[in-house]
Amino acid sequence: MLDDIDRRILRHYQADPSLSAGELAERCRITSGVCWRRIEKMQAAGIIQGQEAVIDWAALGFAVEVSLRVTLDKTQPRAFDDFIEAARKVPEVIEIQTFLGRVDVRLSVIARDMAHYQQLYRDRILTLPHIADIEALMHIARLKRDEVLPV
Amino acid sequence: MTELDEIDRKLLRALAQDATQSAGALGRRFGLSQPATWRRIRRLEEAGVIKGRRLRLNAEALGFGVTVFLGVKLARKGRVSLEDFERAVSAIPEVQTVEHVLGLYDYRLRVVARDLSDFERILRRRIMTLPGAGEVEANVLLSEERLPGPIG
Repeated sequence: MLDDIDRRILRHYQADPSLSAGELAERCRITSGVCWRRIEKMQAAGIIQGQEAVIDWAALGFAVEVSLRVTLDKTQPRAFDDFIEAARKVPEVIEIQTFLGRVDVRLSVIARDMAHYQQLYRDRILTLPHIADIEALMHIARLKRDEVLPV
Repeated sequence: MTELDEIDRKLLRALAQDATQSAGALGRRFGLSQPATWRRIRRLEEAGVIKGRRLRLNAEALGFGVTVFLGVKLARKGRVSLEDFERAVSAIPEVQTVEHVLGLYDYRLRVVARDLSDFERILRRRIMTLPGAGEVEANVLLSEERLPGPIG
């Protein structure tokens, strides 16, 4: 189980993953040896799984982001598998989530502009298998995005 | 807008999977010198293409067994200030992301909770009491995958 020191490390580490072990230790007010051992322990336990670079798609010219909420035709036994397999092949789909609730699957789709989005929507999205219904939410702004866990 | 060449795309993909890889290791993998790799990564960061790093934690191992996405509609539009709502919702620790969207809902929230009863507590005490919160739709996350996107 985690103690207060582990939690403190995770809080500071989540806030800035680019910190060195020394800087992190200083912020947590512990020695860098302790800090390093704790991190290694949490890595070995699978609590810290790694670090990923966050890509800003807008900086690469993908100005449009749309959330597509999809309801599938559940009379088809392979609806989820077929749909997800086909959605993975669309390069502009950057996220696939499945849900328990009113929505079955959600896709995050990025596009260069509205014309590009419309083309993608017609040619690559509406042609995905077993769609019963589809709703679109257009992203306007992301106000909080750090996905920090409240440890 | 930043134009990428083939090597930039490979670097970006590799870093999106594991941001702790050194410029030396990445260079060896893609046939570049360490300084040349370092310069390319630096350029991607300066252009804002890489906007930061995210620590990947195992939410379940940390006791967060449930992730719920909420679609929130504001009640009495025009009479509530969006800023008040946004400030209050962003301050809730269990709310991981807040997106302002256009469509069926006004906001999309990602909420983590220890279990469903913990989620119910957050929903009742923290979300429903937000200034201006109206209709709320909840969907419990079952699985999630992030894809490399159009840089392959």
